[in-house]
Amino acid sequence: MKKVALIQGNEACAQAAIYAGCRFFAGYPITPSSEIAEVLSRKLPEIGGTFIQMEDEIGAMAAVIGASLCGLKAMDATSGPGLSLKQELIGYACMAEIPCVLVNVMRGGPSTGMPTGPSQSDIMATRWGTHGDHATIAVAPASCQEIFSETVRAFNLAETYRLPVHILMDEIIAHMREKIVFPEEGELEVLNRAEPTVPPAAYKPFDASFGDVPPLAAMGSNYRYHVTGLNKAEDGFPTTKAALVDAEERRQLRKVDVAAVAKNEEYLLDDAEFVIVSFGVVSRSARFAINQLRNRGIRAGMLRPITLWPFPAQRVAEVAKNARAVIVPEMNLGQMIGEVERAVCGACPTRSILRVDGEPITPQQIIDEVEEVQHVL
Amino acid sequence: MAQRYEIRFSGSGGQGLITAGIILAEAVAIVEGRHAAQSQSYGPEARGGASKSEVIISDEPIDYPKATKVNVCLAMTQEAADKYAGDIVSGGILLTDSDLVKNPPAGDFKHYQFPIIRTAKEQLGREIVANVLALGAIIALTEVVTRDSGEQAVLKRAPAAFKELNQKAYALGYETMKALMSAN
Repeated sequence: MKKVALIQGNEACAQAAIYAGCRFFAGYPITPSSEIAEVLSRKLPEIGGTFIQMEDEIGAMAAVIGASLCGLKAMDATSGPGLSLKQELIGYACMAEIPCVLVNVMRGGPSTGMPTGPSQSDIMATRWGTHGDHATIAVAPASCQEIFSETVRAFNLAETYRLPVHILMDEIIAHMREKIVFPEEGELEVLNRAEPTVPPAAYKPFDASFGDVPPLAAMGSNYRYHVTGLNKAEDGFPTTKAALVDAEERRQLRKVDVAAVAKNEEYLLDDAEFVIVSFGVVSRSARFAINQLRNRGIRAGMLRPITLWPFPAQRVAEVAKNARAVIVPEMNLGQMIGEVERAVCGACPTRSILRVDGEPITPQQIIDEVEEVQHVL
Repeated sequence: MAQRYEIRFSGSGGQGLITAGIILAEAVAIVEGRHAAQSQSYGPEARGGASKSEVIISDEPIDYPKATKVNVCLAMTQEAADKYAGDIVSGGILLTDSDLVKNPPAGDFKHYQFPIIRTAKEQLGREIVANVLALGAIIALTEVVTRDSGEQAVLKRAPAAFKELNQKAYALGYETMKALMSAN
């Protein structure tokens, strides 16, 4: 029989990291993500892994990058203030194409915000926090069970695309306890990075003849190569040659297969006149609201991005074609709505429900908004 | 069992009410194999301040994990009673500690009270199990899980040296509440 337990979202995340093969965690514990570090500080040493509490969030991200370069699957967990501190190194991992997983249990902001309140205010910081053009992958689970499976997927995506992958959670799903059925070994796909097959002397860390995601050799092995945050040529050394820089920059964006990474949940969307786009705990309010609205004969449905970045713009555009309105409830002052408006592109009206007072968006707020929209539009 | 049933444990930080909520959720979700979501509001303080733990119970997967209309509310301080009883659904139930809640709020709900903490102290010699005693009372009051399921969940969580004490506290809470209900 499968193992079943009632655990917190943060614990599900930590357990899933181990399932996915994570053997290195560096962090600087911060509410509301601390339980991830707490659980891994106990579990990782038991299985030969490494847990290290660094001097600050920046050091933690640097340690994760170093461990990953040495061949380990590595993770860090933080909240918004930590995300801000890590931006330079996130950019470094993007440029040097170093896989890692960064959990962000969001709290309000800017700065240190409200540590114990739920928030979804780091959507754009996750996408654009670090400077320069770069691909971003972020997953956004909404239940303990999904936190487990999405954490495993986040590692797979990081290793597949040689990229930092973000797991975005809110305080409610991170601290809520629900039943989880632990997947057995082999039940969920676990992917590892491609390693070089050429002899060490022939290895180039960014050799695009192997595809848009070239194999990554572990530092400390027989393969030696140069790593830099500067624009680089295929051998890893800095370059300013226009054609090389352009080709590398474009490859780094192109390498993420948007269709393969996309993952949405669609709830009663087929005949929906009112489409709610939401993620995380807000999607659970939306589902409650949709059921109530359906009982009253109002055709509401939900598109829930599980992969938040790249944003499912194409799918939003498709569902907007048959909608009377697209409604975006989010725990910030208007971030995802911008992406939704860009995708809807005027095909139907869009409305926001915004909340930043440390309380969740309630089902009633969504019901009220849909009922109002129904009369106005 | 109704589709959705909401129980709120409220009091002050350090009274063990979050643990009581977790044990109830385990009784529902693990022992009985149904659905439960347990959450809590928590502030930066580890002790003191109004604290609440909510358990949503259903035979179906739970969407919104926080309380919408509270069916049953336990309040272990005056502050918690004043702050949290207002969300009780019409016809719902409020259970309070009669020593600590001197002015129980009025509303369209049934009110039960007994000296929960004093009962633990006087009859078991340990105030620390008042939360499990309260849990026994809540289960007696609501029958959201069987008496046996609740006890299994208590024993699963209690440290070995305190299993018997917790078992007694649970039984005492359950029986005190049943006696109170039949007296009303």
